[in-house]
Amino acid sequence: MNKLLNILSRNAEFTTAQLAAMLGESEEAVKASIEEYKAQGIIKGTTTLIDWDKVPDSGVTAIIELKVTPKPETGFDDIAKIVMSYDNVESVYLAASSRYDLIATVKGSTIQEIAEFVSKRLSTLDNVIGTATSFVLTQYKGGGVVYYGDGDEQEQRSMIL
Amino acid sequence: MIDYTKLLNNNIQNLKPSGIRKFFDIANEMEHVISLSIGEPDFTTPWHVRQEGIESLRRGHTWYSPNRGFAELRTQISKYYARRFNVEYDPESEIVVSVGGSEAIDLCIRAIVNEGDEVLIPQPAFVCYEPMTVMAGGKPVIIETKAENGFRLTAEELEAAITPKTKLLILPFPNNPTGAVMRRQHLEEIAKVLEKHDILVLSDEIYGELTYGKERHVSFADIKGMKERTIVVSGFSKAYAMTGWRLGYALGPEPVITQMLKLHQYAIMSAPTTAQYAAIEALKHGDSDIERMREEYDTRRRLIVDEFCRMGLTCFEPEGAFYVFPSIQISGMSSEEFCEKLIYAQHVAIVPGTAFGDCGEGFARVSYSYSLKHIQEALERIERFLDNIHNS
Repeated sequence: MNKLLNILSRNAEFTTAQLAAMLGESEEAVKASIEEYKAQGIIKGTTTLIDWDKVPDSGVTAIIELKVTPKPETGFDDIAKIVMSYDNVESVYLAASSRYDLIATVKGSTIQEIAEFVSKRLSTLDNVIGTATSFVLTQYKGGGVVYYGDGDEQEQRSMIL
Repeated sequence: MIDYTKLLNNNIQNLKPSGIRKFFDIANEMEHVISLSIGEPDFTTPWHVRQEGIESLRRGHTWYSPNRGFAELRTQISKYYARRFNVEYDPESEIVVSVGGSEAIDLCIRAIVNEGDEVLIPQPAFVCYEPMTVMAGGKPVIIETKAENGFRLTAEELEAAITPKTKLLILPFPNNPTGAVMRRQHLEEIAKVLEKHDILVLSDEIYGELTYGKERHVSFADIKGMKERTIVVSGFSKAYAMTGWRLGYALGPEPVITQMLKLHQYAIMSAPTTAQYAAIEALKHGDSDIERMREEYDTRRRLIVDEFCRMGLTCFEPEGAFYVFPSIQISGMSSEEFCEKLIYAQHVAIVPGTAFGDCGEGFARVSYSYSLKHIQEALERIERFLDNIHNS
């Protein structure tokens, strides 16, 4: 049923009838699979992809890299949990990188607000030994969707026969 | 002032322009048109295939290729047809590489047809067979396939169309525009009729990789006794999303291929060199690309058939290519009228069935070589269009 996840990850707006048709299964089977995926925590939810660049006064986004000393028992998880707990933190990843360990994306209304958040909330955490903040100027693509330009790519195929 | 009509060839002046074009032209003039009318894959050529083309250019392989096509490519085509469709051809004498499948069709018809010979063309079908037959001096004899037979050619229909002048049968399956396929038992029934006559067969298998369901495409050359009278035409456009590279081929008995090669040599010389390098890579390592694209087409096909049936645009289940051919009779309009009103009212471009033969009346061709998102939007507009007809 990975095909179902594949379709849903590209577009969550299909009805179960449409999904059933595409997969050649019954609606009941599709509904059951979706419930099962939710129960297993594989499907986490659905959101709307928004191009915030087009929304006036929608604030700024920053990508923050954190160098962390892992804890003996819990490794990076404890620090990640603290970082995650802030509402303005949108995502947190553990990275396999020689330079940084955790990467977080953070939203704020101004650059100053994010700078303050980093210096007061993140840099001061025990075990965080360094941070690097990059502010996002333009989002070109997100969630598999191209943001930059006029949205949909122009049809490049010619009309021939 | 010169009167060109007196100087130009009469046959070509009398050819009708393609009926598909008209709707393209309307669509071109319009804003926010959403089209389901294009007959080529929406995928780009797989990257590893493109890379081989680029690499050949980087190395400076910019010369003509041999008339028949590179030996390595013909060897790979031979292996490919044996691997995928169970028919063996000698790369030295039974294969010619052409500029797309279209050139191979033209070569084949011109190599076979004498003035006045009859060529049997089942319709609805791709638009090129009829004009190419006319230009070769042949007489097109149309066999109208029927929706109740799943737009397959039946043995009875074939038998009824054969005359002493019949020279060639075109077998355009999997079919553009209907999506019909001929399974093994259907082909065997056709073979039984042909055994009694000296008729050659042009089996256009360009969509041979795009069939859905458990059974794969069966090549007509794989039917017992048919290989000696069959010229198989195929190419890279649909299977590997390589339309712009313009590369196809014909497989057939040496005496036929030899004559086709002569024409090809004088008119074209040889197929594009860069494309041939890329095609070798496609044949060697592209089977999984075919599968990936085929699965995606299948998903779209299921969606579109289901939605059309729900809306009352009944379609028989298309089992091949990337087209559905729904009946639009519920609208009470002709195909042409339906498509024209649809494009003006909802800015959705589809092609009237009549563009593929008179018997396409009452149907329209809808291509699903578009993203699911695009298809979904088009379906919503088509449903709105139908609702407005019912409510007015």
